[in-house]
Amino acid sequence: MIQLQGITKFYAGSAGRVEALSGIDLKIDPGEIFGIIGRSGAGKSTLIRCINLLERPSEGHVLVAGRDLTVLDAAALRAARHEIGMIFQHFNLLSSRTVFDNVALPLELIGMTRSAIEERVTPLLDLVGLGDHRGRYPAQLSGGQKQRVGIARALASQPKVLLCDEATSALDPETTRSILALLRDINRRLGLTVVVITHEMQVIKDLCDRVAVLDGGRIIEQGDVFSVFTQPQMALTQTLIRDVIGHETPPGLLERLSQPHLADGAALRRLFFSGQSTDAPLISELSRRFSVDINILHGQIDEIRGRPFGSLLVLAKGEAAQLEAAWAWLAERDVRVEVAHVQ
Amino acid sequence: MSSELLSLFWDSFVETLIMVGIAGGIATAVGIPLGLILSITAPGNVLERPLLNRTLGLVVNAVRSTPFIILMVAIIPLTRLITGTSIGTAAAVVPLAIAAIPFVGRLIEGALREVDAGLVEAAQAMGATPLQVVRKVLVPEALPGIINGLTIMLVNLIGFSAMAGAVGGGGLGDLGIRYGYQRFMPEVMAMVVLILIVVVQLVQTFGDVVASRVDHR
Ligand SMILES: Nc1ncnc2c1ncn2[C@@H]1O[C@H](COP(=O)(O)OP(=O)(O)O)[C@@H](O)[C@H]1O
Ligand SMILES: [Mg+2]
Repeated sequence: MIQLQGITKFYAGSAGRVEALSGIDLKIDPGEIFGIIGRSGAGKSTLIRCINLLERPSEGHVLVAGRDLTVLDAAALRAARHEIGMIFQHFNLLSSRTVFDNVALPLELIGMTRSAIEERVTPLLDLVGLGDHRGRYPAQLSGGQKQRVGIARALASQPKVLLCDEATSALDPETTRSILALLRDINRRLGLTVVVITHEMQVIKDLCDRVAVLDGGRIIEQGDVFSVFTQPQMALTQTLIRDVIGHETPPGLLERLSQPHLADGAALRRLFFSGQSTDAPLISELSRRFSVDINILHGQIDEIRGRPFGSLLVLAKGEAAQLEAAWAWLAERDVRVEVAHVQ
Repeated sequence: MSSELLSLFWDSFVETLIMVGIAGGIATAVGIPLGLILSITAPGNVLERPLLNRTLGLVVNAVRSTPFIILMVAIIPLTRLITGTSIGTAAAVVPLAIAAIPFVGRLIEGALREVDAGLVEAAQAMGATPLQVVRKVLVPEALPGIINGLTIMLVNLIGFSAMAGAVGGGGLGDLGIRYGYQRFMPEVMAMVVLILIVVVQLVQTFGDVVASRVDHR
């Protein structure tokens, strides 16, 4: 649906040329929710603005629905933009227009009649849950409601693609969850391709199918969200993920573990789960089968698109042979077992 | 107060209204487009035209930096060409309008600059033409500021119209000078000042009410 080919973007800064993007190649499939994550200044906004050519790339091509936008003239580009909706971190609603008229704006631009606009906008306001607020002005709405208006407005021209630039970064966690749920719902119902820019791994985890990690204007890692979360390759990706799922052992626990009486005959292991394995009662079965005592010290199991994953820090006591057999048995069930160290 | 003086007051009041009304009308009609052009042709804006922008800016600054009393005299030939005379109320309208146009232009330009660039960008992302950006986004969003600017312009014109006595324009200011100052009638001067205060107060209040009525921020 979207193809970026060799996108490079320079800005003429006061201290010489700034290369905001360097040779970005990306393919985003129809109907998927694609996330782009990176730290502040990584080039995320520049990248998403290149997709609808709000920012013209210095080099490279942008293909949306098979058409190269970089070669279009001004009128053809405007027409192409009707097929690409966009929502913004700060909503960018017109304060002079009511909720209804804000959503109607893109339709007015293409000269739709008032009655056709009414027919199009009313169900959209219902879809985003603002049917009762059509006559209000943006100043009378909460942040979450404003973003809902932004979403309805972006959908008004029935685009094939929805671009979201930090769409939830100005919202509190609860509102963020409801907006993400709405975006997922829209993606499913309308089969819309969604591109999401964020600096929060939580957003990627809750919303996206695939993810690319952007750093210094380059894509350093990409893949489906589950495998990037369970097997992150790059240090930056691991850091970003750690913010969401705490692998960090609490300091108090570390202190207790470093006391000598724990050491003898006990093995400290970290068990990594991914996929179906967390649904089975593996730990209790392990205890029964191998006569080892398992003490779960710390851990977290989370879920991505309904697939559980996570890790547990366990202290196991038993005979060495029994323990070895137990770890082998777990490995057969796709549980990765690592020796955990207490420093 | 004699009835003769009363009718003088009335006539002067009407002259002031005519000068301010017509000059203000012209300044609005020309100054708003001027302000729009100044704004949208500036670097980084929807219809970037650096050369046109700089040239217009120079002309605007030149007119604005000319003292009104000199401007009035300097454009007498133009005034005569337009009104057929160089003295009288109609003749005073021309320099008043010419002084007010660039002033309004700058005020409108300033009001448009206050519009969040993100709104323009959102409209462009929807596929709006530059003209649509102006009509659907810039002007409606800047409307409270535009109305404030026009109010300031009217209040200034009321003050400047007092100077129009220099070209025989009449009006309240002229009445105050001729009777209150030259004929030693301080009560006329006081009355003129009082009327002007009330008129300015009314204009300002009306402007504020309209501006807040259209402001939904
Ligand atoms: N209009 C601009 N002019 C100059 N430099 C810019 C401009 N926009 C962005 N940059 C620079 O490009 C880099 C990437 O910016 P941006 O895309 O906004 O990053 P992000 O959205 O990931 O925080 C930064 O170094 C930023 O300073
Ligand atoms: Mg950004």
